[in-house]
Amino acid sequence: MSTSNPDDVRAKLRAFVAKNFYLADPTSFDDKTSFLDRGIIDSTGVLELVTFVETEYALTVADDEMVPQNFDSIDALVAFVAKKRG
Amino acid sequence: MTFSLDVVRLGSRAGAEIDRICAWLVESVRGTMKRRGLVLGLSGGIDSSVVAALAVRALGKDAVLGLFMNEGESSDDTVQLGRLIASSLGVATVDENISPMLEAAGCYARRDAAIREVIPRYAADWKCKLVLPSVLASDRYRIYSIVARSPTGEDTTARLTPAAYLTIVAATNFKQRTRKMLEYFHADRLVYAVAGTPNLLEYDQGFFVKNGDGAADIKPIAHLYKTQVYELAAALGVPETIRARPPTTDTYSLPQSQEEFYFSLPYDRMDACLYARHHGVSAADCAAALGLQTDQIERVYRDIDAKRAVAKYLHAPPMLL
Repeated sequence: MSTSNPDDVRAKLRAFVAKNFYLADPTSFDDKTSFLDRGIIDSTGVLELVTFVETEYALTVADDEMVPQNFDSIDALVAFVAKKRG
Repeated sequence: MTFSLDVVRLGSRAGAEIDRICAWLVESVRGTMKRRGLVLGLSGGIDSSVVAALAVRALGKDAVLGLFMNEGESSDDTVQLGRLIASSLGVATVDENISPMLEAAGCYARRDAAIREVIPRYAADWKCKLVLPSVLASDRYRIYSIVARSPTGEDTTARLTPAAYLTIVAATNFKQRTRKMLEYFHADRLVYAVAGTPNLLEYDQGFFVKNGDGAADIKPIAHLYKTQVYELAAALGVPETIRARPPTTDTYSLPQSQEEFYFSLPYDRMDACLYARHHGVSAADCAAALGLQTDQIERVYRDIDAKRAVAKYLHAPPMLL
C-alpha cells in the first residue's frame, strides 16, 4: 500500500495514467486536464483507474462514487483519495 | 425551426428511399462486385429483416440466402421470427447451429471462468448479462456490471475487474465472429456477397464486433436511423410481429435490452439525440423536444462522443506502412 503523502499520490497517479494510457509525453496533460474531454481515457480505462486506486490505496469505491468529479483529472483523483483515506 | 423527434422520419420519402437502395444494391452486387446474390444472417430482428426484404426486392428471392445461426443461449424469438421473415419473403435458408463451434473455441468456458473471478458460485447452468447504469439517472461513468441469475432465480450483480470485463466481451465476440465465418462460407460457395445489417445508430456508435457482425461486403441500411428502418419495414411489408418486437441484443443468456447494454435511451430518442448531436442542436433544445432535462441530454451527448471515439478503431481498416 502506498503512502498518503499528497505529492506521492499525485506522482503515482500521473505515472499510472501516463503508462497505462500511452501518453508519449506525460507533460502534455496537467493536473486539471479532463481525461474525458481530452480523450485520454475511455470507460474501460476508468474501470482500470478505479481498480488501481482501490488496490494501491486499500480503498473501496462505491458505485455512486464512480463519477467524473472523482476520477476525471489528477486533481480530482488526489482529492478523492485524500477524502477516502480521511 | 423547432427541433422534434420527427426530424429523422422519412415519411412519404420511404418509397423513394427503398427504390434508391435497391438500385444501388443491383449496381453494387452485380455490377461492382460481380456477385450473383446476397447472403445474410436472419436474427428475426428488424434490421436483418429489412435488409433481407430489400435484397429480395432488388435481386429476387432466388438470389438471397438466409442463415439461421442459433446457439444454446439464443432466445426462442430469434428462431421463430427468423423463420417468419424467411417464409414471408420465400428465400432459401440454411440452419447452422453454432453451439458446437462456440464450445470448441471455448466461448462459454472462457466467459464463465471470467465471471467466476467476481462471482465464484457462477456455474454453467446460470444465466448472465452485462448492464450499464442509466445515463439519465446520474453522471456515473458508463461502466459495465454483470448480472448473474442462479438456477433458482436468485440474481447477483457485481462490478467487474478490467480483466474479467475484457475477457467476457472477448469470449462473447466468438458468437458474432463465428456467424460471420459461416456467412462467408456460404457466400464463397455460391459466389454471393455478404450483407451486413447495421443501422446508422449501430454503425456510428460502434455497436458491433470488429470482424464479426461489423464485417460485410455491403451494408444497405448503415445510413438509416433505426426509426427509418422501421418505416422501411412497414413499407416493405415486414410482418407486424417482427416490427413490434423490442430491439434486443440476443448475445447474453439473460434477456437484455439495447438500452441497458449499450445505448443511453430507447431507439427513437437515441436517433433524435444522435441527429441533434451531429447537427449542432443544443442540449437544451434537444431536451425540450424529448421531455428531458438539459443535463441529462448533455450526458447523452458525452456518451455519444465517447462511443464515437471508441468506434474509430472498430471502423479502421488494417494499417499499412
